[in-house]
Amino acid sequence: MEKRRPLTMAQKILAAHVSEEVHVGDFADVEVDMVLANDITAPLAIKEFERLGVDDVFDRERITLVPDHFAPNKDIKSAEQCKLMREFAHAHGIVHYFEVGKMGIEHALLPEQGLVLPGDVVVGADSHTCTYGALGAFATGMGSTDIAVAMATGSIWMRVPETKRIIYEGELQPWVSGKDLILYTIGRIGVDGALYQALEFTGPTIDALPMSGRFTMANMAVEAGAMAGLFPVDEETEAYVSQRAERAYEVYSSDAGADYAQVIEIDASAIEPQVAFPHLPSNAKPLSRVEPIEIDQVVIGSCTNGRWDDLVQAAEILRGRQVNDNLRCIIIPGTQAIYLRAVREGLAEVFVQAGAVFSTPTCGPCLGGHMGVLAAGERCVSTTNRNFVGRMGHVESEIYLASPAVAAASAVLGHIGGPEEVLLAGQVPI
Amino acid sequence: MSTIRGRVWKYGDNVDTDAIIPARYLNVSAEDELAAHCMEDMDVEFAQEVEAGDIIVAGKNFGCGSSREHAPVAIKACGVSCVVAKTFARIFFRNAINIGLPILECPDAVEGAAPDQILEIDLASGVIRNVSTGEEYRATPYPAFMLEIIDAGGLVPYTREKLNQKDKA
Ligand code: SF4
Repeated sequence: MEKRRPLTMAQKILAAHVSEEVHVGDFADVEVDMVLANDITAPLAIKEFERLGVDDVFDRERITLVPDHFAPNKDIKSAEQCKLMREFAHAHGIVHYFEVGKMGIEHALLPEQGLVLPGDVVVGADSHTCTYGALGAFATGMGSTDIAVAMATGSIWMRVPETKRIIYEGELQPWVSGKDLILYTIGRIGVDGALYQALEFTGPTIDALPMSGRFTMANMAVEAGAMAGLFPVDEETEAYVSQRAERAYEVYSSDAGADYAQVIEIDASAIEPQVAFPHLPSNAKPLSRVEPIEIDQVVIGSCTNGRWDDLVQAAEILRGRQVNDNLRCIIIPGTQAIYLRAVREGLAEVFVQAGAVFSTPTCGPCLGGHMGVLAAGERCVSTTNRNFVGRMGHVESEIYLASPAVAAASAVLGHIGGPEEVLLAGQVPI
Repeated sequence: MSTIRGRVWKYGDNVDTDAIIPARYLNVSAEDELAAHCMEDMDVEFAQEVEAGDIIVAGKNFGCGSSREHAPVAIKACGVSCVVAKTFARIFFRNAINIGLPILECPDAVEGAAPDQILEIDLASGVIRNVSTGEEYRATPYPAFMLEIIDAGGLVPYTREKLNQKDKA
């Protein structure tokens, strides 16, 4: 057999979805395995879809529509947008339309439902579509017009990106999670540190990281400007996928000697819990260097940290303790399945007993939509992914990004702090 | 493609799409409503005072963050004729090309521009002339593939043409 040039997994997945050979920098029409839109981006996509002059979607099983941002409808205008998407889904027989009550935050929902699998190309009218890179898929966010074309034709233009590889070594300290790894990484490379590139997360630390942590890291690849953030497929991935996959999938891995734009090595054992200060995700600081800043609200949830393991972490700290009287703590599970499990396994009770809000899945406060919008001058510790000016409410509010452990600890303390400070404070769990 | 002439609105690095159009206004997709709130959280005067033909000039990573196409739609609906930046975030870049909002990458032109100056831009050649200073700059040329989309008037007309050709074949 002819010896092939060594390739990265991103290049291999794209090549398998294009009819001709592709090289880094090439523009190509790429076939997609799944197309995604939500209640904010679908209405625009549907408008553009109708201008295309096609009768139907390319494949009604390969499109997922999720009302999650302003749903359950927060106002009349949002209700109209959700209605428009619902009517489109029904008119075209979209199989994976998830109604309120069955939906979840899209990037928690699709992997859980087995709708995205290793080796897939997934495009979504949502920047955090890159989350599915955790499964070894090439997943990338786009705009509504792109998604209109993908829904109509099953393919969309892309530029084959270079890959930047990040290798993490060393065992993680207690309470350090995928969130801390990715905040630290963005702090190092910057919010445009991987612009137009794919990120590849590898190394012994990653091998030992649970799927939840990988989803969190892939999710925030876009906060470094990346097109995608990929993880190698291993036993952990297979164990996750095998319970869910209803179709065949292909596993791709990077070749030894593949060409990388850059390789960065990180000693993960030295990483502390991180807090990203306003107003950029790259303003990450180790917790030991954070003053005890007083806060008004804590949010635990979102497509970044609304998974089961995240709730378990929060519950470990909140069990038998009380949310500080000076703040509100809002906990939002990523999907209905996580919600149900939290009810069954007693986490819902832990949160409500602690004096936290525990709601049905929604993006809600993450984008300043509803369920916890901030007033002028308020500060929030949030497990979400963006701390831009005005992201969660008033332009004079402040967002500090952190892990569920730090967020839950801060909710008890009333200021930004870590789990160890809570434990030291001697508030012994009942 | 034509020549553009307009007044400069200048911004810094990492202007995110939440700043261009805050999420609280995304419960609609009507262009004029989006335009009315364009840049609101960064510059309250922009939406009131921007005039047809004006040009946004910004630093690195313009349009980062959320994928919302509402951002370039709002800018275009305000009458902005072109955005010149040092670099663009990836999704904003493709959204702008797809909807036919002219954008150019040219770090030197950004460095050399100040608010309220007048720029003249020849989109076909990528030449940017700062009328107020007399300096001339050349923007990074578009790859051929993108020019096809731009020439077709955006991704929808481009795709329609392709689909028509397929039907005929
Ligand atoms: S949770 Fe936040 S970041 Fe994630 S999809 Fe919803 S709005 Fe976007």
